[in-house]
Amino acid sequence: MTQNVTATTSATREQQLRKFISAPTLLILIIITQIPFAFTLYYSFQNWNLLRPGNINWIGVRNYVRAFENPDFLRILWNTLVLSVSVVVITFVVGMIFALLLNRPFLGRGIARTLLISPFLVMPVVTAVLWKNVLLNPAFGMATYFLSLFGLPPIDWLAHYAMPSVIVTIAWQWTPFVMLILLAGLQSLPESTLEAASLDGANGFSLFRYIILPHLRTFIEIALLMEVLFILNIFGEIFVMTSGGPGIDTTNLPFEIYKEAFLRWNVSRAAAFGVLAVVLANIVVLLFLRVLRSEDQSQSAA
Amino acid sequence: MTRSTRERLLTMLTLFLSFLMFFPILWMVLTSFKTEQVAFAFPPRLIFTPTLENWRIALVGTDYLNFLGNTLIITFVSTLAALILGVPAAYAMAFYATKRTDGSLLWVMSTRMLPPAGVIVPIYVIFQRLGLLDTFLGIIIIYTGMNVPLVIWMVRSFMLDIPFEIIEAARMDGVTLWQEIARMVLPLIVPGLAATALLCFIFAWNEFFFAFNLTTKTAAPLSVYISSFKTAEGLFWAKMSAAATATVFPVLIAGWVAQRQLVTGLTMGAVK
Repeated sequence: MTQNVTATTSATREQQLRKFISAPTLLILIIITQIPFAFTLYYSFQNWNLLRPGNINWIGVRNYVRAFENPDFLRILWNTLVLSVSVVVITFVVGMIFALLLNRPFLGRGIARTLLISPFLVMPVVTAVLWKNVLLNPAFGMATYFLSLFGLPPIDWLAHYAMPSVIVTIAWQWTPFVMLILLAGLQSLPESTLEAASLDGANGFSLFRYIILPHLRTFIEIALLMEVLFILNIFGEIFVMTSGGPGIDTTNLPFEIYKEAFLRWNVSRAAAFGVLAVVLANIVVLLFLRVLRSEDQSQSAA
Repeated sequence: MTRSTRERLLTMLTLFLSFLMFFPILWMVLTSFKTEQVAFAFPPRLIFTPTLENWRIALVGTDYLNFLGNTLIITFVSTLAALILGVPAAYAMAFYATKRTDGSLLWVMSTRMLPPAGVIVPIYVIFQRLGLLDTFLGIIIIYTGMNVPLVIWMVRSFMLDIPFEIIEAARMDGVTLWQEIARMVLPLIVPGLAATALLCFIFAWNEFFFAFNLTTKTAAPLSVYISSFKTAEGLFWAKMSAAATATVFPVLIAGWVAQRQLVTGLTMGAVK
């Protein structure tokens, strides 16, 4: 770092200032995020129910043990997993197709791209209200109309196929996210590489399998891991579309935490579930960081 | 099949699929201009006489404008606060990297990825004790915290694109810290700053989980209002669609404008 030759004390002080102007921001982040999480952890070892005030004991890991002994809770973890994996698989396949289709010059490409990213921009609660009422309503919805075109009877989607309906709705919303990242990846692939490969006689499929897919690897990993992190937190869509039902068929971890905390006022059990949600997210974050690090290495190697 | 026919077919397929993906949004917009009767006509009607009646009722005849005002206050103030807090940190991490900077950056990213459900309980309890439930200050603090990591990562990645020689030369001339940031660095990253602000705006505008659990009426934003339509059966589709269309419109515009930077922001600068 270049310093003024005639470094005075005030200049040195300013150097110090330059280094430490990030401190207040980091401090505020600690207050807003780490302290609440520390409290979550603390509450999770107690039995605190707001409906029974003044009766708080330290009960160790009993909230966690009970959670894993409860088949309903295991079902909720399973729902969370099914939702995440299904959405990721669907959005990956559809997002890849859209990215490949958009990665060629044609008239109206800008419009197509703009239309395709729009579902991601729509407020999730609006998406949920829209799909629930206007598209999936068994009596008047669009889905019923399309079924009737083929002479099929109406289906009450949210009553009989609640989880698939929620999955399709969330996949509609998240496909643009995957598409945008894969498209950025495709556009970073040098045209000359593709040309050389097709001159060597590679056809469409082998071009995709041996040139495009390996190049996209990091982009795919980043897109899918980021997506999982967001999908693990899905709340509004479930709240609006199914309220976790029928029964607990579509209840995921965030929705269960909401029910535990704000419907049953069981602060401690909600906190224990919250800790599990953080653990789950951290596993994904660790995978994500590994991808970023390996990308850094391959870049510095190049 | 010749190459050009194939290309044309692919183009038509792309445009058709794009239209299909956009269709639910288009249908919402169309429904908002129907009368309630036409809105739930079966089979659905594509041709109809448009009316602005629902828009008038949905926007003026309800509390919509109150909620809109709340959303505007919350999104603007929290975006501004996130920029004010995030930009100096991004500057220090871009130009005064120390051994600990990488660690700090990863930590900042991890705060962004902390599941809201993992902190909602204590935040609710603390807010209750401090009297922050259902206040602008409370929800603005949360949204600012949510967006600061995004600002740090994005703005830092834009700052790293500035050729260091420019900064170095200015430092040789002895500019102060304030001059360096305000007169040199920020003007060079205006497009990046704008994109960052737009993304903060989008995230704050669309957020529901914290808003729903921490606000009820006084400070409740539009997302909370819209969620009250979850039991809207049949009769109010057109008004609901009008309110929903009005709610997503600003974000659609912001997203279309910031299309190029959307990817950078969504991946915290990992993909450009």
